[in-house]
Order: sequence, then C-alpha cells, then structure tokens
Amino acid sequence: MKFPAPLVRLWHRLGSPRWFFETTAPWLPWLLGLGVALLGAGAFWGLALAPADYLQGNSFRIIYVHVPSAILAQSCYMLMGSCGVVLLVWRMKLADMVLEAAAPIGASFTALALATGAVWGKPTWGTWWAWDARVTSMLILLFLYLGIMGLRQALQRPEAAGRACAILAIVGLVNIPIIKYSVDWWLTLHQPSTFKLTEKPAMPPSMWIPLLLSVLGFYALFIWSVLQSTRVVVLERERRTQWVQNFVAAEGSKA
Amino acid sequence: MNFDSFGAFLAMGGHGPYVWGCYGLTLLVLLYNLLAPGRRQRRFVREQAARQRRSGGP
Repeated sequence: MKFPAPLVRLWHRLGSPRWFFETTAPWLPWLLGLGVALLGAGAFWGLALAPADYLQGNSFRIIYVHVPSAILAQSCYMLMGSCGVVLLVWRMKLADMVLEAAAPIGASFTALALATGAVWGKPTWGTWWAWDARVTSMLILLFLYLGIMGLRQALQRPEAAGRACAILAIVGLVNIPIIKYSVDWWLTLHQPSTFKLTEKPAMPPSMWIPLLLSVLGFYALFIWSVLQSTRVVVLERERRTQWVQNFVAAEGSKA
Repeated sequence: MNFDSFGAFLAMGGHGPYVWGCYGLTLLVLLYNLLAPGRRQRRFVREQAARQRRSGGP
C-alpha cells in the first residue's frame, strides 16, 4: 500500500516534538473560545430552556454534564490506547508524551462522570451507588487511569515507563466495549444511550440539541487541555535541546 | 424559558441541590484542567531558567 506524500510528510513531522510545539500554538485560543461558547450555550439551554423530563423532573438536567464527561472519559482512553500502539510499533516519542499528558485529564473526566452519576442516582434510582454493570465498568476505567499514572511514577527509566504504560493502556482497551455494551448485555439500572449512530434520538430536539452542544464543547476543551499539557511535557523532556533553552530564555526575560 | 421565576430556576422543582451540585463539580473539574498546564509550564520555565543561569547557558 502506498500513502500519499503529504500524509507521509505529516507522519514524519509528528515524530518531532518541536514541530508539534510550534504548530499547535495558534490552535489553542480558538479551541478554548469554541469550547467555552459551545459548553456555555449547551449548559444554559439545558438548564433554563429545555423542558423538564416527564418522569425525572428537573434532575434530568444533570445529563448535560454527566453524558459529556462519560463520553470524554472513554474517548480519552481510546486516544491513550492508540498512542500506546503508535509508541510500541513506531517508537514515536510524541505518542508517549501525549500518553503522559492525557492520563490525569481522562482520570478527572472519569471521576466526574462517576460523581455526577452518583448525584443523579440519588433522586432517580433512590441510591448514590449501585454495583450496576455500567457503573462498575466505569470504576474499572478510573482504576486503569490511576494505574497508568502510578506506573509512570513508579518506574525510573523513562523509556521503560513509557513502554509499560503503553502496554497497560492497550490491554485496558478491552474495557471500552464492555462499558459501551454493559447496558445491553446485562440487566442494568442504567438507561441506554441517548445518541445512537443509526437511529434518531428518543428525546425531542429541545432536549438533545443542548446535549450535542455540550458534548462538542467538552471535546473542544478536552483537546485544548491535552494539547496544552502535552506542550509542557515536550518542554520538560526536551529541556536539553537548544530550542527549548532558547524558549525558556525568551520566557524568562518576559517575566 | 422553562421556569416562571428565578427562584423556581434555582429550586429546580426540589432537585436544586443535585442539579447545581453536579454543575458546580463540573466547573471545578474543567477549571482544574484549564489551569493545571499553565501552572506546570510556569514552574518548568522558572526551574529551567535557574538551571540555565547556573550552567551559563544561552
């Protein structure tokens, strides 16, 4: 198979942390503005304009923060699993840097999904916590994130730590379909997904449009956070290079 | 607007603490993720600048 030349060039450049650092800088303010605007619109619409649910009343408005954080928790893990493959197969340093930067962000979104789910469960299921298949598989996702972060802390040699984290990230990918299908495979308390690729949502547009806005806003803010964190990891790991030392000298003279 | 008054909006039909608690928690997590990289970069620049001064770097 032959890849088009621009794609091959992009692939080689991605191997260069300096190229990543310089290319992503102009994207950041746009992503941040887009994320704040989309999430602000989604949250306002969801809180104030959308009609109350006929069964759950106003507690259903938690969906506009619970579902996006749960989606991002899984997307972030898939990003880390892909980075693990790229690191092990092509030895791309940047993949390991993204893996390091994304882990705490993914852990925070997973914890947020579990916490908002618990608060939503109280008025809806009558309990803060249930060992439901969906809840339990999300708790395993949180432990996977914490495990990857702990592994990196525990191993002294950076290359060994990177490879170990990559392997754990790849192995943990089996949990992603379990989370997704947990509501179909087991009899659970958790309701099935709002969005399906092949069907129209079961909600009226006045309920699902704000959810879509808020999911997109979460994605933009997530991408911003991962890019920004990866840039700091790039600086830290490349601190012996001339370009980072020049960057630090320029920043230091600004302060 | 789905609510008659601002008071009704805050009360959320009795679900106010649950709904606002979740949104407050979300705001905290998002703010942490937005502020953490800037703090880490400032710390790195400070420490690295000191290292470069010691070694008489660029």
